[in-house]
Amino acid sequence: MSRKVCVIGIGHTDFNSMTPDMQWKEIMYEACQKSYVDAGVDPRKDIDSFITCAEDYWEGFSIFDEFVPDQIGAVLRPCCTVCGDGIYGLGNAYMQIKTGIVDVVAVEAHSKASDMLTYGDIVLFAYDPIFERPISGPVERPNYAGSPSYSKERPKPLVGSTDEKERIHPYFLAGLEMQHYLRKTNTTEEQCASVVVKNKKNAFNNPYADYEAKISVDDVMSSEYLFKPIKRLDISPNVDGAVSFVLADEKTAKNLGVELIYLSGFGWSSETPWLSTRGMDAAYATKAAKMAYKMAGILQPRKEIDIAEVDDRFSYKELQHLEAMGLARPGEAAQMLEEGVLDVKGSFPTNTSGGSLGVGNSLEATGLQKSLEIVTQLRGYAGKRQVPGAEIGIAQAWRGIPSGSGAVAIFKRG
Amino acid sequence: MTEKKEQKESYPKYAPGTHVHDKDIYERKITYTWWEPEVQYSWSLGPAMSRFLQELKAGKIIGIKCNRCRRVIVPPRMFCEYCYGPTSDWVYLKDTGTVETFSLSYLDADARRIEEPILIGVISIDGASPKHGFMHYFGEMKPEELKIGMKVKAVWKPENEREGSITDIKYFKPFRGGEE
Amino acid sequence: MKDVAVIGAGMTLFRRRLKETGKELSFLAAKMALEEAGIQKSDLDMVVMGSAPDAFDGIHMKGENLIDGAAAAGKPYVRVFNGGGTGVFAPIAGWWHVASGVADIVMVVCEEKMGSCYPHPQTAFRHIWDPIIDRPLNPNLIWLFAMEMNRYMTVYNIKKEDIARVAVKNKRNAVGHPCAQLADPNITIDDVLNSEVMAWPVQRLDVSPPSDGASALIYCSKDKVHQFTDDPIWVDGVGWGIDSTMWTNRDLCFPRYVATAAKMAYKMAGITNPPKDIDFAEPYDPFDYKELHHMEGLLLCKKGEAPILTREGVTQRDGDLPICPSGGLLGVGNPIAATMGQKVCEVYWQLAGKAGKRQIPGDPRVGVGQAWGDIMQMATVIVLRR
Repeated sequence: MSRKVCVIGIGHTDFNSMTPDMQWKEIMYEACQKSYVDAGVDPRKDIDSFITCAEDYWEGFSIFDEFVPDQIGAVLRPCCTVCGDGIYGLGNAYMQIKTGIVDVVAVEAHSKASDMLTYGDIVLFAYDPIFERPISGPVERPNYAGSPSYSKERPKPLVGSTDEKERIHPYFLAGLEMQHYLRKTNTTEEQCASVVVKNKKNAFNNPYADYEAKISVDDVMSSEYLFKPIKRLDISPNVDGAVSFVLADEKTAKNLGVELIYLSGFGWSSETPWLSTRGMDAAYATKAAKMAYKMAGILQPRKEIDIAEVDDRFSYKELQHLEAMGLARPGEAAQMLEEGVLDVKGSFPTNTSGGSLGVGNSLEATGLQKSLEIVTQLRGYAGKRQVPGAEIGIAQAWRGIPSGSGAVAIFKRG
Repeated sequence: MTEKKEQKESYPKYAPGTHVHDKDIYERKITYTWWEPEVQYSWSLGPAMSRFLQELKAGKIIGIKCNRCRRVIVPPRMFCEYCYGPTSDWVYLKDTGTVETFSLSYLDADARRIEEPILIGVISIDGASPKHGFMHYFGEMKPEELKIGMKVKAVWKPENEREGSITDIKYFKPFRGGEE
Repeated sequence: MKDVAVIGAGMTLFRRRLKETGKELSFLAAKMALEEAGIQKSDLDMVVMGSAPDAFDGIHMKGENLIDGAAAAGKPYVRVFNGGGTGVFAPIAGWWHVASGVADIVMVVCEEKMGSCYPHPQTAFRHIWDPIIDRPLNPNLIWLFAMEMNRYMTVYNIKKEDIARVAVKNKRNAVGHPCAQLADPNITIDDVLNSEVMAWPVQRLDVSPPSDGASALIYCSKDKVHQFTDDPIWVDGVGWGIDSTMWTNRDLCFPRYVATAAKMAYKMAGITNPPKDIDFAEPYDPFDYKELHHMEGLLLCKKGEAPILTREGVTQRDGDLPICPSGGLLGVGNPIAATMGQKVCEVYWQLAGKAGKRQIPGDPRVGVGQAWGDIMQMATVIVLRR
């Protein structure tokens, strides 16, 4: 356990709501090339292992792993896909380096969400086929090859509710969870709306963000209810973009002469997939954070950590995650927000990049986008949104609807 | 726990699971649920493939050159995967090539049986670096004529039917030098 | 690096269709592995899932759906995936969980439910092709193998009957395997050569079947292994590697990516002369020629020599270099990722002397498992040693 792991390079593309001029390969190439230049390594010689974080249906392939190696420089090298958020990729890279078989590992995650024409139905496809999907809309059950044909006496069965023409949008689950969160913690919808206002404002100072806006709580409150209590502006819109990280063991990092940012702890956890029996308090974030604090030797997270990027794909999620991770007491997060503690100039700056609400929901790249912000802040290159003297930062991401999985990474300036 | 070793047991000790035959499904002896996902994509092509498909529409095959390793690459791409740098010069290639490998398929894309075999293979394109080419159909030949190493030439769709797709080439036919 | 030992394994029945759902299959395999190791779910620190395309099971992010079946609810859990290579890659990922010192006891579960895909698992394979230049040609996955097999046969001048010997050997080897889908004690070379032509030169009996199934494996770190066994089976080497996506830009006659992965694993395991240092191997054999191709890639023989070794009986279970003693994918079945059952669990059982009727004579000490995946580009290799 003596080897320490450092971030030696970061690279990213601009985040855009659509990128019709670029193939998925080309946005990956751009982010990776930048991170390799940043680290000062030649991927064809110096990088020992490559990891991509992706899911088939986000991309439209059966085996996306096939379409990865060329653009990240991994031809005839060890390379693999981790089906998870970018922070899972960082975690696996960390473990690979710890074993000692590799010294330098590249981790890439991206979103080409604009390639998906039926995003809602693709997310719905992640629900359990037996218990959950059938309640979400009509499907005609076709004749199974070779089975007797349907007749009046034996009509064609329909699965799902038949009075609906359209399938339900899978984000309804977030509506249920937000309802639960508001009641449990006495948080108001307006307070959640303030998260949107803060993050979209922060995004103004982030050159790669795509959804920066100057809006008020009223603007959020008057946007239409989509999954009550969730309104249109409570939801982070999808975005295209890619992020790449290069990690290395401490010795290699020192030899390269780069500024040392340690990946000092990470954790990840999954809850049961059963929506009906799973708690709605983001226990995955609690467990993942505990594991990460332990690894990083952090005893008082709220005091020791200077800056946080937590998953805010829905406005209430930022507050819920802060509480779940022990960075705020239950019910306290909204108050912290109102007191300005979570602002860039506050005592616990959260989502200074603009988060997913300001940058956009970059699917599996969410965790890497958040880690990117932390590393940028720790290096002191965050420009107008720079938090002075940040030493320790935490990034957290959730795998999105309908999962109960998430990961946490803690970075420390060397 | 270590006492297990004394009597050498055979692993796996048992094989859990319940076999279901197609018949059980046809006769509705087992229940199943059904879902047809509405899954649609429109992939952006990017600069390299856009140009490649446009040139196909114009009846030409184009490749791209990497100025570091000097490969002439087809299908073209914006970066060379070996040198990990951008590619540089566009190069028009011939519409003739060599059969690298082939198959006679009696299956369609859903694994259903078909009577007449589909002739399919990889053609390395003349003008590109060795072994650089793409997959396509063969036509105007009997299955038994198809051989690895034979020369072939593209048969194009009429100009007004081309739409900027790999299928703008109908298939490759046998090619004897000097023919036009 | 911490030493990592295998302490338990399990696999379900492999069949074209099983009644159990993916979760249930994962549970059955996991339960067997826990039983063999003599531990409970609560003893596991972490779980790694291996599963191939989501399109088979018909569930997006299917790793998330399988969490409870894989005994991972409330635990750190990650799914890794690289096509057909997953069956050996998931155990490699499990290995680095333990070898890094992050966890002590880790279970790897691999699951595949191909029977769910309608009208045929092949339909899911349509989407493995490049959407721009390949999919408009409406391809079938078998084409790919047929083209590679044809190239291999032509370049090295190999006869079809020498390739068919592999199918015969593996389907006969599978006779002692309780999970086997296509074991056949009486199959002959003529049966293979006379079977239906699917995509020449691939015939029906050259191919492994699509299957449902699951398998599981439990690792323990050196610090704790004395609690479970006095004679541990160690993971000695791991390697993985990927070749370019552009498969039409390279010669298909030799799988150079397998050689890359094998060299990585051999270097770690201190293997300098593979044919001599390795006692037996489980190369990936979804098609009969693939076993030969992969033997060459694993540097167990020279290029084009594998068919000769097979003809001479060297690769039989009682030969000098037994290959696929489990019966492989051709005999036991091919639920893509769950083939960890043949490629890694079997190597463990053979080394532990627990393979019963399938046991290789002569006290094997070093075994190699290999899988291959993606569009003829991914190789994963693991070396186990007693």
